[in-house]
Amino acid sequence: MKKTVKGRAFVFGHNLDTDQIYPGRYLELTDAEDVGQHAMEGVDPEFVHKFEAGDIIVGGRNFGCGSSREQAAYTLKVRQVGAILAESFARIFYRNAINLGLTVLLCPDISQHVADGDVLTVDCATGRVINERTAQNLQAEALSEYVIKIIESGGITSLIKKEYEGG
Amino acid sequence: MRAVNHNQHAVEKILARAAGRASVFAGQIVECQVDLAEVNDLYLQTIRSFHDMGGKRVRHPDRITFILDHYAPAATIQQAENQKQMRQFCREQDIHQLFDVGAGVCHQVMVDEGLVYPGMVLVATDSHTTTHGAFGAFGTGVGATDLAVIMRTGQLWFRVPEVVRIELNGTIQRGVFAKDIILYIIGNLGADYAIYKVVEFCGEVLKDLSISERMALCNMTTEMGAKASYIQPDKRTFDFLRHKVNVDYHVFESDPDYRYSTDLSYDVSQIEPQLSAPHSVDNVAPIHRFEGLSVDQAYLGSCTGGRTEDVGIAARILDGRKIHSRTRFIVVPASKDVYLESMAQGYIDILVRAGATIVTPGCAACLGTHAGILTAGEVCISSTNRNFPGRMGHTGAQIYLGSPAAVAASALEGKITNPVRYLNGD
Repeated sequence: MKKTVKGRAFVFGHNLDTDQIYPGRYLELTDAEDVGQHAMEGVDPEFVHKFEAGDIIVGGRNFGCGSSREQAAYTLKVRQVGAILAESFARIFYRNAINLGLTVLLCPDISQHVADGDVLTVDCATGRVINERTAQNLQAEALSEYVIKIIESGGITSLIKKEYEGG
Repeated sequence: MRAVNHNQHAVEKILARAAGRASVFAGQIVECQVDLAEVNDLYLQTIRSFHDMGGKRVRHPDRITFILDHYAPAATIQQAENQKQMRQFCREQDIHQLFDVGAGVCHQVMVDEGLVYPGMVLVATDSHTTTHGAFGAFGTGVGATDLAVIMRTGQLWFRVPEVVRIELNGTIQRGVFAKDIILYIIGNLGADYAIYKVVEFCGEVLKDLSISERMALCNMTTEMGAKASYIQPDKRTFDFLRHKVNVDYHVFESDPDYRYSTDLSYDVSQIEPQLSAPHSVDNVAPIHRFEGLSVDQAYLGSCTGGRTEDVGIAARILDGRKIHSRTRFIVVPASKDVYLESMAQGYIDILVRAGATIVTPGCAACLGTHAGILTAGEVCISSTNRNFPGRMGHTGAQIYLGSPAAVAASALEGKITNPVRYLNGD
């Protein structure tokens, strides 16, 4: 797990659902490169041309709601999202993101303190977020031990592989 | 060490049993044995993740089911390839519970096949797994890799949820259905009201609510963010399950002093037909707000509103009539059993003569993956569960969610129509 992440914020509204993060018609695709082509296409078809590795996604309440499609988390992983910060997460998206080793942090009221394009520095271990433009410090909820263990293993797949080796 | 919790909810008791504990409490992380894990055909990744985590043999092949419902049948080479690999995996792993194309939508199939029963832990790669709370099961959705963990280990971690109690009182008005009630509630509470929680329905209304209608209520709780839903099994449940389920199941009951996180009640007598308007499920208002809006497509189907009762109400409204010339009416029976029963009752005959198009049982256009896609500028009224931008095709389409009756009445008139006027007879 990266200790610190620094990148530009891409801000989305409340209840951003997984149909918009990864539209249904692409669900038959399975290879990373193909899946990565369609990140956020439902809400912003230009996203994949603007977003750079290490940039940060900022959401409002209930980020990732709707369908359980893991592709919604996977496509963001392929785009090398630095971290995903939101006021709250839909549970299946949260689990999927953690399982893939993504840094997802709950940050109350973040929508009010971050604008599109702001450069953020995120301390993944403590949850401290610094907005370079406003010089503001925000505090995200620190990740639980259980979740840190998964992320630090690079995702649940590596963790389970290790734990169940030979069984 | 925390003392045994004597004020547990039925759901906590289900999770405690599955975790091999005497009791559990809200917020606790527990590892549960999973009684049934279902994979549908969107999730080839499940198999890849299984192998990536060192999986060679699925731990409990008799507790896994694959249901090919989204691409029923395959409409592209990629879809066909994905399904081929799933069939191969089932063969290799001795997973006999493979329901191939045409069986229907996963949640309906599992119920039809007697795989759902009170007290079980049912996990599926689909968010509408909350449907099974209608049978007193703990049903919850996960992604592909979590399901792979279950295939590899037989269990999965869960955070024990709090429970929201929703009491339904009064009398449902003619022309009003469970879909209207749950839309009203979601509109009232909001799309994130029940995040991480269980939604339990109780109250006098439930007694007379059919299993099909209970499933609709529970199915839609996902749209409030719910992790699972719950209806205490009763005589109606047991009668329904009697000839379907071969398992000796245990029915849990909540302790009388269990403390709910919130207690809500609704008088359903006041509720009229509702629609959820574009582009979020909680954007709900009475149907009369939208009446008169031209409709290009009416869609009846899905795990939410594609059961025999739903097809039947559409047949009742369209009997001897023809749908409007500008409106396509897509009908997708939720399963083979629904299809057969609908045929036996004469519903399919009525609907086809009325101008409906019948699609292979499955998910079809509900999530924009298969038959019945919308393009920009089209208006659709649907008995399904989501209306996000692009949900059924182009982001520029407009989807209104309503009851199967509203869908049929709108197909008939070619515009959004309150079904009450067609249900006043008998």
